[in-house]
Amino acid sequence: MKFAVIQFPGSNCDLDMYHAIKDELGQDVEYVWHDKADLSGFDAILLPGGFSYGDYLRCGAIAQFSNIMAEVKQAAAAGKPILGVCNGFQVLTEARLLPGALLRNKNLKFICRTVELEVVNNDTIFTAEYQKGQHIQIPIAHGEGNYFCDDETAKQLEANNQIVFKYTGEGPNGSVSNIAGIINEQGNVLGMMPHPERAVHEVMGGTDGLALFRSILKQWRESHVSHA
Amino acid sequence: MSVMLEPSAEQVKEMKLYAQMGMSDEEFELATSILGRTPNYTETGLFSVMWSEHCSYKNSKPVLRKFPTTGPQVLQGPGEGAGIVDIGDGQAVVFKMESHNHPSAIEPYQGAATGVGGIIRDVFSMGARPIALLNSLRFGELKTPRVKYLFEEVVAGIAGYGNCIGIPTVGGEIQFDPCYEGNPLVNAMAVGLINHEDIQRGIAAGVGNTVLYAGAKTGRDGIHGATFASEELNEESEKKRPAVQVGDPFMEKLLLEACLEVIKSDALVGIQDMGAAGLTSSSAEMASKAGYGIEMHLDRVPQRETGMTAYEMMLSESQERMLLVVKKGREQEIVEIFEKYDLDCVAVGQVTDDKMLRLIHHGEVVAEVPADALAEEAPVYYKPKQEPAYFKKFKEQKNEEPKVEDVGQTLKTLLSQPTIASKEWVYDQYDYQVRTSTVVTPGSDAAVVRVRGTNKALAMTTDCNSRYIYLDPVTGGKIAVAEAARNIVCSGGKPLAITDCLNFGNPENPEIFWQLDQSAEGISAACLALDAPVIGGNVSLYNERSGTAVYPTPTIGMVGLVQELEHVTTQYAKKAGDLVYIIGDTMTEFGGSELQKLVDGAISGQAPTIDLDIEARRQHQLLTAIRSGLVASAHDVSEGGMSVALAEVVFGTELGLDVTLEGSAVTALFSESQSRFVVTVSPEHAEDFEAAMPEAKRAGVITASPSYTVKSTTGEVWIDQPVAELFAAWKGAIPCLLNSED
Repeated sequence: MKFAVIQFPGSNCDLDMYHAIKDELGQDVEYVWHDKADLSGFDAILLPGGFSYGDYLRCGAIAQFSNIMAEVKQAAAAGKPILGVCNGFQVLTEARLLPGALLRNKNLKFICRTVELEVVNNDTIFTAEYQKGQHIQIPIAHGEGNYFCDDETAKQLEANNQIVFKYTGEGPNGSVSNIAGIINEQGNVLGMMPHPERAVHEVMGGTDGLALFRSILKQWRESHVSHA
Repeated sequence: MSVMLEPSAEQVKEMKLYAQMGMSDEEFELATSILGRTPNYTETGLFSVMWSEHCSYKNSKPVLRKFPTTGPQVLQGPGEGAGIVDIGDGQAVVFKMESHNHPSAIEPYQGAATGVGGIIRDVFSMGARPIALLNSLRFGELKTPRVKYLFEEVVAGIAGYGNCIGIPTVGGEIQFDPCYEGNPLVNAMAVGLINHEDIQRGIAAGVGNTVLYAGAKTGRDGIHGATFASEELNEESEKKRPAVQVGDPFMEKLLLEACLEVIKSDALVGIQDMGAAGLTSSSAEMASKAGYGIEMHLDRVPQRETGMTAYEMMLSESQERMLLVVKKGREQEIVEIFEKYDLDCVAVGQVTDDKMLRLIHHGEVVAEVPADALAEEAPVYYKPKQEPAYFKKFKEQKNEEPKVEDVGQTLKTLLSQPTIASKEWVYDQYDYQVRTSTVVTPGSDAAVVRVRGTNKALAMTTDCNSRYIYLDPVTGGKIAVAEAARNIVCSGGKPLAITDCLNFGNPENPEIFWQLDQSAEGISAACLALDAPVIGGNVSLYNERSGTAVYPTPTIGMVGLVQELEHVTTQYAKKAGDLVYIIGDTMTEFGGSELQKLVDGAISGQAPTIDLDIEARRQHQLLTAIRSGLVASAHDVSEGGMSVALAEVVFGTELGLDVTLEGSAVTALFSESQSRFVVTVSPEHAEDFEAAMPEAKRAGVITASPSYTVKSTTGEVWIDQPVAELFAAWKGAIPCLLNSED
C-alpha cells in the first residue's frame, strides 16, 4: 500500500507521519509537495500537522487553496482514505471536506500533553482495529483545537455516527461534545486533532495510535483481495 | 517632502555622535587611525556595532581564554555559529546557547521568540538539522503584575516560535529571585545533528565568488540591537522598543529547509546567519575569517521599507536572513532552491582580494573599512577586578541550620516555591514531541532525544544556581557544571561538552568583573575534571536595571551521549519493593539554599562545598552502574535538598516511599550539600549495585502505598504524608501564583 504525506510550506509533522508509515507500519510512503498536481499513484493521503503558511490567518485557510487540494478533493470523491491530523484536520474543515471549524483552545494557550480518547465509532476504515468504547492514550499539541459546529451539524454528526473520537473527562480545549475527531458521511475522510503518529513506538511512550494506521492497511488489503 | 540628511564625518566627530552609538572617545580615535581618516556616519555605525561587547567580547575575552575548549571529541570549538562534537558513526552534535535578555525585558514575546529564532539559525547555518530546543529563564518573584506579564509572555514567545517551526522544546530550567525583577534572563539553546561531511563554515573565500542574500527582507527593526544589548537597562529603555526585532517562525521554517538543501550543493563556499549586527557582522566576519574582502551593492538588498539608508540596512537586525558565498557561475542552482520555498535570494556582491568591506549605495562607495578591523581588531579591555566586601563577610559566617518549626509543613512550602515547583504550566505550552524522537519529556533531570536510525540518544540540560555563584563564584561555577553533568549522568548519558551563556552585570564595576573572572575559573576547573570542554556560548553583560545587577548567572547548557537507548534512565521510581539508595554525604550547608531564602528572606554565608575529584568519581561509577542495567531510577539532589529530591522520585508514579535518614532533621532533609544522588534499585540487583557503587547507602524502599515517610535512624518519624498532598502543592504552585490577586 502506498501513502502520500502532503507537505505544505510550514508543515512540520510530515516527518513523523512518514516514519510512522515507513518504520512502524512497514508500507510505502512518499512526501508530496503542495504544488504537485497528481495523487493518482497513492492509495491513501495523509495531511500532517504543523503551521501551513504560518497559520497567520485562520489555520488552514491558505493551505486549502494549494494546487494539491484539488487533487485531495478528487481523491476524497473517489473514496480514497484521507486522514488529516491537527493542522491537516484544520485544512480539511477549511476545504469543506469536513464540517465545522477549529477555534482557539478555551484557555487561549497552546497545549501539549498526552490525553485519553474514547473510540466512539470503530465501524470505520480508520478505527476497525480498535474496540468500540476503547480508551486510548494519544498526544495532542495544538493552539486551535477547539472543535466548533452549529447545533444542527452537531446533531447530524451524532445521528450519522460521524464522531469517531471524543476526549474523555473534561476535555482539554473546549470542543463541542468533546469532539476530538470526525469522519465525513461517506466514511473515507477523517480529521482529528490528536496525533496518532506520535503514539506508534514504545520509545515515545505508547503505541495506541498504531491501530489507526493498521485499520487503514487492513481495509485496503481486504478490498484488494475481494476485487482481485 | 523633507529629506533627512545624514550627518557628515566631521559632524560625527564634532558632535560626538559615536557616543550615542556606544563608542568611547578612544575607540573612535582608534577607528580613525585604522582608516587614516575620520569615519563617516555609516562607517562609525559599523565600528560601533562590531566593537560592542555583544559582538566583540572586548571586555570578556581575557576571561573566555580561561576555558578549556579542546578534546578529542571536539570538531568545532568557539568561534563559529555553534560548536560541534563527535558522537561516532560519522555523526556529530551541534549546539549553542545564547541570551536575549534586554529585548525580552522590554518586549517579552518578541524578545524571547527571536532569541529562539536566532539560536536555531546558528545551528542550521553550520549545516545541521536542529532537533531540540532548551531554555534557561530567570524572573523576579512571581508576585507583581509586571513579573507575571514578563513570565507569561516570554513562555508564549518561546512556544510561539518553537512550536511553529516544528522543533521540540524539550527542557530547561526556571528560577525566580528578586534580583531579576527589572532584568529577566532569557537564554535559548538549540541542539542539532549533522553528518561530518556536511559541516559548513562561515567563510567568504575565492576572489570573484558571489555573495548571496537569502531570506526575509531587511527592514528598520532591530537597528543597533547589539549595542542596546551592551548597556544597562533603565527607565529610558522602553523607548528602545524599536531595537527589538520581530520574529517570523514560518519564514525561518522555509529558510531552514532551503538552507539544509543548499548545504548539499558543492556550489556553496560559506554560509552564515545574520544575527546580531545583521549584514555587518555576517559580511565582515565571513570575509575576515577567509582572509578576503567583500564588496556589496546595497541597492540590491531586498528591502521591506522604502528609503532605507546604508546605515539602516547594515545595522538592521531583521530576522530570518542568511548570507551565502557561492562559486561564480553557479548562483542559479542555489537561487532555484530558495525559490522552491518562495524565498528571496539575490546576488548582492562579490568576494575581493583586498580584505576590505566595501559598500556601494546609489552608485557611490558609502563605506570602506578593513574587514579584519571590524571582526578581529576591536580593542580588548583588561578590566580591574575587586573582591566584594560581602564575599569576605559571607566567608566568615558560620554554617548553621535555619530555624524550622514543622519539617513536614516546611517541605510542603518548599515544594510550592516556584523555583522548585512543577513547571508543567510552562512546558504544557511547548510542543516537546514534534519530530517524534523525544524519549524523556520535560520534568526529569535531563531531556533525552533519540538519534533516529541509530540506537543512540542525546541527553541535554541547562543549569545554573546563581545564588551559589553570588556567594562564591569559584565554587558556584564548579557546581553549575557539576550539576549539569549530574543531570546528564542520571539520564544515562556521558557528558560531551558544554555551551555557556555568561549573564552578568556591568563589567565596569570591578566587583562584577571579579564575579565574571572567578566564576570562569570555577567553570573551567569543573569542565576539566568532568571532561566537558566549552565549545561555544555567549556573553551578556550589563544585566542591570537602574543600578542593581542580577546575580552572576553563567548558565551551562550541556549535551551528553547515551550509547544505547536501553541506558535511558529517569528520576521516577519504577515499582514497589525497589530499594532506595543515597549517594554522598550531607553536611550542614545552607548558604544560598531554598530553605535559607524561605526562612531568612535573603541568602548569605558560604556556598556548599564541592570536591571535583569526588564528583567525577561518583558520576563515573553511577554511569557505569546505569549502563550495566543495575539502576531503576536516578536523580540528583539539588534545590531544597534531600526531602525535595525524594518527593520528586515518587511524584507522578502512584508509588510512595519509606526512607531513613542520618543526622539532624533539618540538615538531613533540607541541606543542599553537593555531589549527592538518590537511586532506586530492584532488589535482585542490590548486591551488584553495592559493589559498583561502594559509597551508596541503603536508605529505604519504594512502597505501593502512596505515602511519603521519612524517619530518623532512631525511629522518629519526621514526615509522614500522603504523596498526593505534597504533589498537589508542588504541581499547583505556579498556576496558583499566576491567578492570585496582588
